[in-house]
Amino acid sequence: MKSKTLKVEYLARVEGEGGLYIKVKDGRVAEVKLKIFEPPRFFEALLRGRNFAETPDITARICGICPVAYQMCAVHAMESAFGVRVGGQLRALRRLIYLGEWIESHALHVYLLHAPDFLGYEDAVRMAGDHPDVAERGLQLKKIGNEVVAAVGGREIHPINVRVGGFYRLPEKRELTPLVGRLEWAREAAVETVRWVAALPFPAFERDYTFVALRHPEEYPVNEGRVVSNKGLDIPGEEYDAHFEEEHVEHSNALHSVMKEGGEYCVGPLARYNLNFGLLSPPAQEAARTAGLDPVCRNPFKSIIVRSVEMVHACDEAIGIINDYEPPEEPFVEVRPRPATGYACTEAPRGILYHRYGVDGNGTVTDAKIVPPTAQNQKAIESDLREFVSRFLDLPEDKLQWQCEQAVRNYDPCISCATHLIKPRIVRE
Amino acid sequence: MVEAIGKKFRAKKNVLVIGVGNAYRSDDAVGLVAARRIAEKGLTDVEVVNQTGDGAALIELWQDAGTVILVDIVQADAQPGSIHRFEAGVRPVPEEYFHYSTHLFGVAEAVELARALKKLPPRLIVYGVKGKDLSPGTNLSPEVEAAVPEVVDRALQDIHAAGATGELH
Repeated sequence: MKSKTLKVEYLARVEGEGGLYIKVKDGRVAEVKLKIFEPPRFFEALLRGRNFAETPDITARICGICPVAYQMCAVHAMESAFGVRVGGQLRALRRLIYLGEWIESHALHVYLLHAPDFLGYEDAVRMAGDHPDVAERGLQLKKIGNEVVAAVGGREIHPINVRVGGFYRLPEKRELTPLVGRLEWAREAAVETVRWVAALPFPAFERDYTFVALRHPEEYPVNEGRVVSNKGLDIPGEEYDAHFEEEHVEHSNALHSVMKEGGEYCVGPLARYNLNFGLLSPPAQEAARTAGLDPVCRNPFKSIIVRSVEMVHACDEAIGIINDYEPPEEPFVEVRPRPATGYACTEAPRGILYHRYGVDGNGTVTDAKIVPPTAQNQKAIESDLREFVSRFLDLPEDKLQWQCEQAVRNYDPCISCATHLIKPRIVRE
Repeated sequence: MVEAIGKKFRAKKNVLVIGVGNAYRSDDAVGLVAARRIAEKGLTDVEVVNQTGDGAALIELWQDAGTVILVDIVQADAQPGSIHRFEAGVRPVPEEYFHYSTHLFGVAEAVELARALKKLPPRLIVYGVKGKDLSPGTNLSPEVEAAVPEVVDRALQDIHAAGATGELH
């Protein structure tokens, strides 16, 4: 029987600093560690004592790739605390900025971070040398996503226009309509992306995941919905803490999330798709079917196809929102702070993001909890690796290592997001 | 994030100066500071912008420019405050100099991706200043601060050489 150790000191093409350690002893996998050594960032402690109105802009700084997700969670949580509902065109604009973020985040991951794995390139630069048209298409898609975020949010990274209750300034209709033509091109490019990625070689690998995503009666989930799973969970967002908990593991600076009943679970595009296929727009469903992707997909490597299908959906829905847009009378709904706890779960590009805030009567944050998608996926990533290595132990060393890294990137992990929340452990002897 | 802090450039001949960095991480702001000082010269035919370092945005930004001068912090085996100049059209920008950040797709990758896509501007000059302090804060360390006037002077020489009028107004 053979023993070996696979080590990847620094994972490339993931956001943040992480490594991978897999130990095989006597022909079986003895240890798998997704090591996250990016320093903790203490955002939750930083939020205590700040005014509720600052939370969207402070939490946006957790991530440069999905700042809108943090802003949306913060505003929804505060509105839930203060008993305010934001509807109509303001709600639609929120969806629009979030969909823009999905487009830019998915385009970045599909084209520049994940596709090189499948095609055997060390990185996107080398891939672009042989496939310039492909890299060009990816950059254009990302750019159009950024344009949508900038049109609603004021700028593409860490937008400045989002506030509790709505927006600081409403875009004029004429500011958004030029995006329609761009998004129509993007939708076609996304359909082409689905075709392109569906033809990539996929390892024959499936697992029986517990998928967790939001579900809304009428919409593919983005800003709101109940938290559901394919194994019977169906709860409102405010009950999240009753069903999920975080634990500290020694090899990671990011807390690992588990379900109290049922352990590890998987969030993200694959979970959303499996739980909400019927709510994808017709062109997105059509693109999936044409690509031979079933409504149920348990192969994590195929998440690259699912992300591409979600890009089709995001472009399609964004076009509809802009076409129907009429600026409302007021850019925001007035909110009055009251002592309360607010909760929100939204669908970040990488999966559900949970925020909970305690607020006092002056609107000062007394307590904050943030659970990002990557923290929730760490256990699923480690289990994927354990099973993948067990099954493909006979692969040549370099190929096995390559595919392990690729397996981590199936989740588009955002390590910077995940490490904001570690509690320091002090041992006194 | 792209923030225009100077004049708009109008033709391909003109010069684009890009300051890259994070204003709140001490020496990481050196590119922004140098760009601001160049902008303060009020040169005609020169546009100055600040940028966080997102690679895709950089490629977009420089595609219509004739000469691009980019200033950023670098990590190199060198003294803090030392200045490293690269002509991107002549040879690749060393990845290890710019790979300090967790941003996946930074300056070096942007240059090389643009090269692969034939989207490099006719001339791209990169100034890297070796940093010392990256902790949260808004002040440059004395070593890095001391390097700024030389970076600005050398960039101004490049601007003149590029044929921009360089008139003060």
